[in-house]
Parts: sequence; C-alpha cells; structure tokens
Amino acid sequence: MSRDRHPAGVWARQARLAVVVAKKDAMIYYLKAPVITFGLIFPVFFFLAFAIGRAVPPGALVPGMLAMAVFFSASAVGPLITPWERQARTYERLATSPASLEAILLGDLLAAAAFGAVVSLIPLGLGLAVTSAHVVSPGRLLGGVVLGAVAFGALGVLLAARDTDAPSEVMMLSNLVRLPLIFVSGVFVPLADLPAWSQWVGFLSPLSYCVDLVRASLGEAAVFPPWVSASALTGFAAAFVALAALLHRRRRRAGT
Amino acid sequence: MQGAGGRAVARREAPVNAIEARGLTRRYGPLLAVDHVSFTVRAGEIFGFLGPNGAGKSTTVRMLTGYIAPSEGTALLDGHDIVRDGVAARQRLGVVPEEASVYQDLTVWQNVMLMAELYAVPRARRTRHGGDLLALFGLDARKADKGRSLSKGLRQRLMLCMALVGEPTILFLDEPTTGLDVASARLIRETVSRLNREQGLTVFLTTHNLEEANELCHRVGIIHRGRLAVVDTPYALRGTIEARRSVEVTFAEPLEIMPEIDDPEVEVEPFAGATGVRIFTRAPGRIAQEIGVWATRQGLRIESIATRTPSLEEVFLAVTGARARGAEAGR
Repeated sequence: MSRDRHPAGVWARQARLAVVVAKKDAMIYYLKAPVITFGLIFPVFFFLAFAIGRAVPPGALVPGMLAMAVFFSASAVGPLITPWERQARTYERLATSPASLEAILLGDLLAAAAFGAVVSLIPLGLGLAVTSAHVVSPGRLLGGVVLGAVAFGALGVLLAARDTDAPSEVMMLSNLVRLPLIFVSGVFVPLADLPAWSQWVGFLSPLSYCVDLVRASLGEAAVFPPWVSASALTGFAAAFVALAALLHRRRRRAGT
Repeated sequence: MQGAGGRAVARREAPVNAIEARGLTRRYGPLLAVDHVSFTVRAGEIFGFLGPNGAGKSTTVRMLTGYIAPSEGTALLDGHDIVRDGVAARQRLGVVPEEASVYQDLTVWQNVMLMAELYAVPRARRTRHGGDLLALFGLDARKADKGRSLSKGLRQRLMLCMALVGEPTILFLDEPTTGLDVASARLIRETVSRLNREQGLTVFLTTHNLEEANELCHRVGIIHRGRLAVVDTPYALRGTIEARRSVEVTFAEPLEIMPEIDDPEVEVEPFAGATGVRIFTRAPGRIAQEIGVWATRQGLRIESIATRTPSLEEVFLAVTGARARGAEAGR
C-alpha cells in the first residue's frame, strides 16, 4: 500500500487540507461585516446594556464578558462560510477538490475556533489590566477558552449546514439559537444562583461549561468538576460536527 | 514534452478510459433528471457533452465530479470510483463548474495558490506552475488584483488557471465560454486544445456552442430529457443525417423558375434573394451535375456551386427534435 493510500497518510493529508481551508476562511471571512457585527460589536453592547448601572464589582464582570466574547466570536464565523460560498458560487469547486467533506468542515471549525480564541484575548487582557480580576488556574482558563471556542465554532458549522445560500438567513437562525443560551448558561448570573429549572436547561448548553471553567479559572466557585466541563465541551463539538456532516451528506444525496 | 507553462512534463500513465459512466441516474422526487446514462471517455480525448437547457448536462457533470451523489449508478475517473473513492477520484480532476466564480476577496495569485494547496502541489512546483499558468492566460500583470476587479473573461481565465494548477489528468469544463468576449473565448479554446494535444489532458466539455464542440471535440454525446441519445464523432454524426446534405448554387440573376429535379426525396429552397437555391439530398454530387445541365439548358450563368455536409447544429436539432416528437407521440 502506498503512503498516499495508507489510512494514516490519507488522514494526515486531509488534516493538512483542513488547515488550507481554515487559512482561506481566515483570509476571506474574518473581516466580513456580519462577523464583525455579530461576533464583536453585538456581544460588547449586549454585555454593557446588562452591566451598566448594576452594583457589581468590575472584576466580577470579567468571566461573563470573556465567555461572551468566546461564544459570540467563535460562533459568528461558521454560519457565514458555507452559505456565503454558495451565494458567491465558489462552494462547488471547493467541494469537488480533493478535500473531503470532513476536511472542509474541520477547516471551517478551525478558522472559527481560532477567531474566538484570539478575540477572547481582548476582554481577558482588559479585564486583567483594569479590574481586580486575576487568573488562579491557567489550565482551566486555557481549557475554557480553547474548548469553548471549538464547541462554539462547531455550533456555527452545524448552523451553516442548513440548505440555503442566503447568509442572512443563517445569521438570523444563529441568533435565534445563541441569544437564549446566554440567559440560561450562567453568563450574567452564576449558574448556581439560577432557578432550578433554568439550571437544568443550562446543563444542555455548551456555554454553561465554558462559563464554569472560565469562572473557576478566575477564582469563582465552579459548578462542575473541570473534567466534566472539558468532556462536555468536547462532546458538544464532536456531536455538532457529526450532525453537520450528516446534514451535508443528506443534501448531497438529495442532489441539492 | 512541454507543459502548460513551458515546463517539462511526462505523459502520465492512465487507464485507457479516463471516464467511465455506468448507469448514472439522478432523481429529484418524481423527476428523473438523468436516466441511466452510460458512456466512456478515452484518456487524451476531448469529449463534448451537448443538450438543450434542462436536458441533464450539468447534473451529469455534478455527479461525475462528486458534487452530488447519483441516485443509481456510478462513474470511474482514471479507475477510481467517484462514489466509493471520491477523494482519490477528485485528485485527478480540474473542474470549472457552470456559473462558478473566483474568490472575490482574494487576489489572482492567492486564488491560484489556494487551489494548488488543495491539490497538495509542493510549494516550489506550485509557485513555478502558477506563474506559468498566469502567463499562459495573460493574467501575470493582474497577479496582485482582487478577484472582484476582474472582468468576466478574465475571471473565466483565472478559473481555468485554478483548475489546471492542481495538474489534473481530466478537466471538466461546464459551459466555459458562454457569455465571454471573443478574445477570451478563443484563448480558452486554443489553450484547452493545446493542453490536450501536448499533454494528453482528457477534457469533458459541456457547451451550447456547437461550433465550439465541432472544432474541439474528438467525440460528442447528445443528452436529451435525461437520456443519452447518441455518442459519436462530429463527422460521423453529421453523416447520420444524410438527407440534410445539400448543394448550394448561386446564379448571376434571380431565378424565375425553380429547378425541377426528378427525385421525390429532394427538397429545394431559395436563398440569397432568389439568386440561389439550396437542394437537400442524399446524393449531392449527382444533383450538382443535374443542376449544371439544367442551368445550361435554361441559359443561366452559375456564379458558384458547393456541396455541404450537415452542421452539428442540424444533427443536434435532428436528434433532439426527433426524440421530442417521439416522446410526444408516445404520450
């Protein structure tokens, strides 16, 4: 069996193609208006609207702001890519290249996760510089930001699997899914302080586990052990990508 | 042997059939868009795929390139099954889909390099080959320009560069010259023909331009209502409708009477303001002689006389028209 045909060789090659796709996504989509609006501006104003006027020490707002930044920025890129490429008529050539569907989805996920992780450095840096917040567990912080960015990037990839070539339609759906999650995931109010029903709903949200890791990393009480949060975020990411691949395959079988 | 950009290339070892479609079928609910289409395209051949709008051309191409899955059947590309071994099959392809576009936010060079990376062309080779291709298609001066600044003709040239930079053995072109300026269309036709001649590149071309198919293709297939009606060389296809062979005669003055030919199968029609007649016949040589004799008797001076074989367009109309009539009669 030649190196190219060996499963390890095939996987390595597809992994390299995923990086190529991610690079393409970064060059094209990071500066698109919907990404800037819904990934950067929207969460900042949303958070300010909530925080201003409340008697909360500024340092206590940092975990929520950080989690919001990861959540909104990482999940803003994915929904845009596939519908945009379909609309711009570049998707068919990408899909007929040697990059497998999994490599394309993984590339989109990588681009989204990298965007989320890098953008999160802004509120983190500001929070640490101008408030009393400080990192007590760098490992949890890294896990929360990186795994959170991956899970939310995967959520974006799943939303983009919808059969449409209208980016606005997917962005609308994306906000319909994302906005309710921030109220049940302990972003503004810690999960432990939410009503019981809300906590149960929060357990179904990937954002809850990211927020919990970030809060714990900045010295607040954690609801879940770190391994539970890390596993949950990994599981959500895997499930979202698998479901996205399933939907894309179904569409190819349907011939649309 | 010199490659697309003047580089030395070796003729690739390839199976005899570059493309082998086996009962390709595509259903959309109750609609049968492509109905058990089977054909082969030999390695090194330019194969034209013709058909009216909605006949199933683009759906067939999309199945062959792995963009959509067939409802039934499959296709082998350089021996690789597009359904079961899609990645290996697609590695052999360069594709210019119908109405596709370039990445508007990337430069010309970035567009080409992106495709080269997707085909895992090593860095040194893709840089050299990409540069050669841009020069070949007259885009080297626009290398740093964004895709959005290119005209339609230049975009189509860039798409060909993007399809060729992966060093494919099979090139799929779906309506590559539709709506292009004459210079771009000509450059594309000449380059494709040259790549086929010099590198043995197999080309699968769908087009509405029958003159283009006639000029470029070794063989053509005509698809109509999802079924492959006929596959043959343009020359042989033209020969299949012998009744459309003709003799064209022009006279020095307008005719007052039409020639009388004692053959019920012959059809006579005037043209060129009644100074000419076109006579459709299975035996144009004999009819040309008879017309000469008739003109001499009538005291008419012949300006020119020529025999014509049917055009591919006439073949196309005969094949698709006949099938349409047949389908209507069968209802």
